[in-house]
Amino acid sequence: MAKPEDGIQLDEEQRRRRRSRSLALGLVLAGLGLLFYVVTLAKLGPGVIIRQL
Amino acid sequence: MSLVSDIQNRDGSFAQTAAVPGLSAGDARDFWQLLKPRVMSLVIFTALVGMLLAPEGMNPVLGFASLLAIAVGAGASGALNMWWDADIDAVMSRTAKRPIPAGRVAPGEALAFGLVLSVGSVLFLGIVANWFAAAFLAFTIFFYVVVYSMWLKRWTAQNIVIGGAAGAFPPMVGYAAATGSVSIESFVLFGLIFLWTPPHFWALALVKSADYERAGVPMLPVVAGESATRLQILLYTLVLAPFAVLPVFMGFGGLAYLVVSVVTGGIMIRDAVGVYRIREGAEANRAAMRLFGFSILYLFLLFAVLLAELLLPLPGAGTVLRVMGL
Repeated sequence: MAKPEDGIQLDEEQRRRRRSRSLALGLVLAGLGLLFYVVTLAKLGPGVIIRQL
Repeated sequence: MSLVSDIQNRDGSFAQTAAVPGLSAGDARDFWQLLKPRVMSLVIFTALVGMLLAPEGMNPVLGFASLLAIAVGAGASGALNMWWDADIDAVMSRTAKRPIPAGRVAPGEALAFGLVLSVGSVLFLGIVANWFAAAFLAFTIFFYVVVYSMWLKRWTAQNIVIGGAAGAFPPMVGYAAATGSVSIESFVLFGLIFLWTPPHFWALALVKSADYERAGVPMLPVVAGESATRLQILLYTLVLAPFAVLPVFMGFGGLAYLVVSVVTGGIMIRDAVGVYRIREGAEANRAAMRLFGFSILYLFLLFAVLLAELLLPLPGAGTVLRVMGL
């Protein structure tokens, strides 16, 4: 038999708000990752693939 | 132990929720609201015009990233402003439902949110554009939060005149992001927003003066009276309208800009005269709100036409000046 959870129990509205924050934060982080990637390419330019071996 | 706190939802209804230490009561939209998205959209728009004014142009990816940094910096200063002014916001009808006075976001959360975004946006702009633009953005945030919100707003009736500089800097920051410097052209765009700010806000303050008085904010109608405010609105508009035509004579506003700036400047003056003359009853409030509403459209149109002329092959300033024999 599962033990009842200890600690703070969030109500439905608190769970919804936390989900909303988590989702937004995830999207922002993913967007930032993509942004750093394309900015790096733009800053380095075509020189990024011209390197001495 | 469970503490119950009242929070006001965005629709104005109230809800009781058990306060959980360390857990935010806000959702993503509350944090978005802290960034003052409407102000942010105006900042993006004016900064873009400043950026496109740059003679050398800018890599589109770096330009987009720079605009994003400037927008986030503006949003961060909005969040810090809401953190500092939560007591004022709570007693004003226009702002009482903002996330902090409504209890959906704790003051400490807004402060942390604003500080993190401020530092992040400045560093990011420094990396993608240059450190002069980043320093300018940092100064703009400082000016809005410390000089305007913390110092001027509760101290002097000239609060929005001097503080208006913070809202006027974005075209210069945009230009600085593209060039690493500022120019007289970007300074004219600064002047345009700077001169536009007092008649815009004082028109609203005339209607909302009871709110400002209750909140203890020394807006001009509260301190100097409505009569002095109406005169100041008219004087600033009389300076603003001709100033707005300057881009034509400086070579970066074309024929469309000339027509739009003259026609809309004329409407601004007409509405400001209306505010000056109509002083009693509901009609006076309508006149003030008409000027307030049109002033938003006015600034939007001026920058939209400048943007269109920078992007599309429209007749430039050279054509206008030749036709005018200058």
